[in-house]
Amino acid sequence: MILLRIAIASLLNRRYSAALTVAAIAVSVALLLGVEKVRTETRASFAATIAGTDLIVGARTGSIQLLLYAVFRIGEATNNISWQSYQQIAAHPQVAWTVPLSLGDSHRGYRVLGTTPDYFAHYRYGDQQALAFAEGKAFDDLYDAVLGAQVAEELGYTLDQEIVISHGIGAVSFAHHDEHPFRVAGILRRTGTPVDRTVHVTLEGIEAIHVGWESGARRPGAGLDPDTIRQRDLTPASVTAVLVGMQSRLATFSVQRQINEYRGEALLAILPGVALQQLWSLVSVAENALFAVSACVVLAGLLGMLAALLTTLNERRREMAILRSTGARPLQIFGLLVFESMLLTLLGILAGLVLLYGGLILAQELAAARFGLYLAVTAPSLWQWSLLGLVLGAGLLAGSLPAWLAYRHTVADGLTLRT
Amino acid sequence: MAEVARIENLRFAWPRQALLLDLPELVLGAGERVFLRGPSGSGKSTLLGLLGGVLDPDEGRIVVLGQDLAALGRAGRDRFRGSHVGFIFQQFNLLPYLSLLENVLLPCRFSPERAARAGASEAERRAEARRLLDSLGLDVDELAGRPANELSVGQQQRVAAARALIGKPEMVIADEPTSALDADTRDGFIELLLAESARAGAAVLFVSHDAALERHFDRALSLDVINRAAHRKAA
Repeated sequence: MILLRIAIASLLNRRYSAALTVAAIAVSVALLLGVEKVRTETRASFAATIAGTDLIVGARTGSIQLLLYAVFRIGEATNNISWQSYQQIAAHPQVAWTVPLSLGDSHRGYRVLGTTPDYFAHYRYGDQQALAFAEGKAFDDLYDAVLGAQVAEELGYTLDQEIVISHGIGAVSFAHHDEHPFRVAGILRRTGTPVDRTVHVTLEGIEAIHVGWESGARRPGAGLDPDTIRQRDLTPASVTAVLVGMQSRLATFSVQRQINEYRGEALLAILPGVALQQLWSLVSVAENALFAVSACVVLAGLLGMLAALLTTLNERRREMAILRSTGARPLQIFGLLVFESMLLTLLGILAGLVLLYGGLILAQELAAARFGLYLAVTAPSLWQWSLLGLVLGAGLLAGSLPAWLAYRHTVADGLTLRT
Repeated sequence: MAEVARIENLRFAWPRQALLLDLPELVLGAGERVFLRGPSGSGKSTLLGLLGGVLDPDEGRIVVLGQDLAALGRAGRDRFRGSHVGFIFQQFNLLPYLSLLENVLLPCRFSPERAARAGASEAERRAEARRLLDSLGLDVDELAGRPANELSVGQQQRVAAARALIGKPEMVIADEPTSALDADTRDGFIELLLAESARAGAAVLFVSHDAALERHFDRALSLDVINRAAHRKAA
């Protein structure tokens, strides 16, 4: 008890250097836990991107690539699936539903996805959550568009506004389908998934705006006015990928095999969960590196504390001698110094938690808006508590070096300093 | 007269150094006030370390209050010292970050025996610390709020004396406590220290190089005379 009081008084006496030490530990602890937080939330939000879909089908490619372009809207498909193949899959007796996806265009940097209204019925994310409309409703008309939450927010779009889709997927495109403006029919609620950054239009709408663009650019005079186009058969020749739901999950593997062995076309069917895990295992290398870096920052913080304690140690020999003369045992001097490091580390951890949660509250909105990452302000997990325990343990370990030196000094100095 | 401390055939040398102390006998009676004179480097502080049980003699016996220190073991000697011996050093006696009263009460924190003798409750102990400071001529109310290192050296030494005396230890060892004080302050300090020690029933071993202080004490010894190692060096 007296040691604790002496330790606190002594630290208060050196409050500026102690505060700096605490700050260094706090920053490192906040970083460590922050990285952990982002890591686990990213992993959770990553795994929550798509749920309820049993198979994703695309042209034969790598499974991660298929997942990237079909779900994350990253990269491009190398090939499409013919409409006939799509219809055969849809007609399979074990298949409950299919949602065709057609990618390749963009709107001011956001990907445009051509699909059917079934998409809004069947797409699931997170814990089997369905897409919900913040405003408006699903497509009704050929030229209807449904915006992801982030698209609407960033671009300030409202219902019934007309938007023009650009050809290709660059952030700045010079080929616009401006003769076929789309009308915003609905805006989705935020999901924290790539859906937020997607402009959804009808499959036929994609087909309509490309009439006359078969060569990849507009043939002069080939475009038709929207009303004429409505008369045409706008069934697409191909789609980019298909989301598939099974009648029974038991059938998933056999249907997957059948699609992969399909003779008419080289197709690939993947299990979203498996592909997500494969993708995550790629990302986890960087994730582990990040963790290692933040662990090193904690080490640096503790080394700072060690340096601060060691530099004052010589000045404090007199203090130790006084304590000794009033009856303190060398072991108590050792305990005093260990107490000090424990206090510094504990204060650092507490300040780090304050810093972390303050930062989380401040960054929450930004992370959600910018990265679609929802950083929940929750109590530290068991794993994070054990990390904090490790930090405290490392602090005690770091503190036992100056404590041991002080112990040796005390034994050698006795009651007066031997210089 | 009962003995507080007895040294017999003590020999001590620091590692790889010549023999520093060779004392056939040194006895301190209960309540006795002894002046021990010795120039610097004569082994005074070492002798005090031995009496305090911080150092182990190479040969001989040190008995304090009938207890052979060698029989106690290191931790036991620390406890024993805390309970029965008060120390005052030349200067820098106080922990700058503790209040005056806390500085005085330090021995009570480490020794339950001293605490019990200082008072049955924390309030009583604090009152005793105040009384001691007051008797030693310090205005506690005026000084209490100030950090210990802002007091004058004379004031600091009185606080140190109060700390050495709290809880009535049987022996007070003072190591050049007045060497940083001017002549007037010095004499006043010694008188107060001796008066309070008498009141506490503590024997005083006062060590100094200044022979002029001998007159305050019952008995004066010269370390150079009683230490046979010094004779050899002189020869």
